[in-house]
Amino acid sequence: MQNEANSFQLPAKSQILEWLQAVKDPEIPTISLVDLGVIRAVELDEATGKVYVQLTPTFAGCPAMDYMKRDVERTLLSHGVPAVEVEISLREAWSSDMLTDAGREALRQHKLSPPPVLGNQVLDLDFLEYAECPNCQGHNTELRTPFGATLCRAVHYCHDCRQLFEQFKPI
Amino acid sequence: MDPKLDLLYRLADDQLILGHRNSEWNGLGPILEEDIAFSSMAQDKLGHSLQLYGLLHQLGEAEPDTVAFTRNAPQFHCCQLVELPIGGYDFSLTRHFLFDHAELLRFEALAGSSYEPLAQVARKLRGELKYHVLHANTWMKRLGTATEEAIERMQRALNETLPYALGIFEKTGAEADIISSGLFIGEDELKSRWQESIARVLSQTALELPELQTITPVLGGRQGQHTPHLQPLLDEMAEVFRLDPTADW
Repeated sequence: MQNEANSFQLPAKSQILEWLQAVKDPEIPTISLVDLGVIRAVELDEATGKVYVQLTPTFAGCPAMDYMKRDVERTLLSHGVPAVEVEISLREAWSSDMLTDAGREALRQHKLSPPPVLGNQVLDLDFLEYAECPNCQGHNTELRTPFGATLCRAVHYCHDCRQLFEQFKPI
Repeated sequence: MDPKLDLLYRLADDQLILGHRNSEWNGLGPILEEDIAFSSMAQDKLGHSLQLYGLLHQLGEAEPDTVAFTRNAPQFHCCQLVELPIGGYDFSLTRHFLFDHAELLRFEALAGSSYEPLAQVARKLRGELKYHVLHANTWMKRLGTATEEAIERMQRALNETLPYALGIFEKTGAEADIISSGLFIGEDELKSRWQESIARVLSQTALELPELQTITPVLGGRQGQHTPHLQPLLDEMAEVFRLDPTADW
């Protein structure tokens, strides 16, 4: 890979997304920002080679956003992209439905229960109480508290394997 | 005042001040899970205030940090409910229940606002607020059906907090413009939805919701009239910022 801007070959969008697979959630190192659904758009300016990336926060108060933004910039620049612009936007509000299948698997690897797919904004609060145990895959579980170690996690208890576990919250 | 600014300042200041109050439970919660819950909700609310101050900045107001940390009490538009000290857990929980039911309904309505940047923020916030309401409902139902002492204390907290909670819906001079321009459904409509929503939860407990018409609301917050509790909170909150407002964090 050539790093000089003048000999730089414009990468395909799929190539950029592949590079961005290396950028992980700073709090959940098994999942990439692409699979988390936090990267909403990637655009390429053919004339200048500048790459535009749009990020959206999982939670409005997520303290990791600035870190994620810098990590995206750093990663793309290291691949020789001449210029990067990262915008944090709420144009498309993040929903846990934006997690990819690979992302759900990555959460399981980190022993976090992936959120159920909501399909649409569900207003029924009871729905938030459901989670599958990431240890024994049991469904005999109970929401202990909707607030956990980070804004995006809830704490549940599994009556089958008698373990507390964390869930990535459906939202 | 411009109706957008009027509405945004009220929303943002409520979030900032209640966020700060909730954070005071950090390390003091009655059980560890509640300590974490109030701290998490504090973090959410500060995040929400930042989004709203960000909208104000887009409309030409000062930077979010400047707006949050350099004003004094008379320049704040929060309702008095949010500035009251945390008191006992019974009061803080009751405030959280009464406030966040109104918040969830408010932001659900704002998701359809004619002012698209605010509608976008509202679509984001309402999902998070569901967890605040879920948390509040869980504990209101648990304590509201528990021992005689728990029920008596929660009832007292409810009676004492309601006059302040009605102050959430205090209208300003911009109210008619806010409704006619489609910015928001208005405080009266919100209040009636809120009353229905809290009544539904309280009916599952031994607690009684007093007739709201018989209660005199505590007003003034939206006009910059505050309790003596707000200024010391602002002084504490801004203490570090004011040491060097130009510092780069």
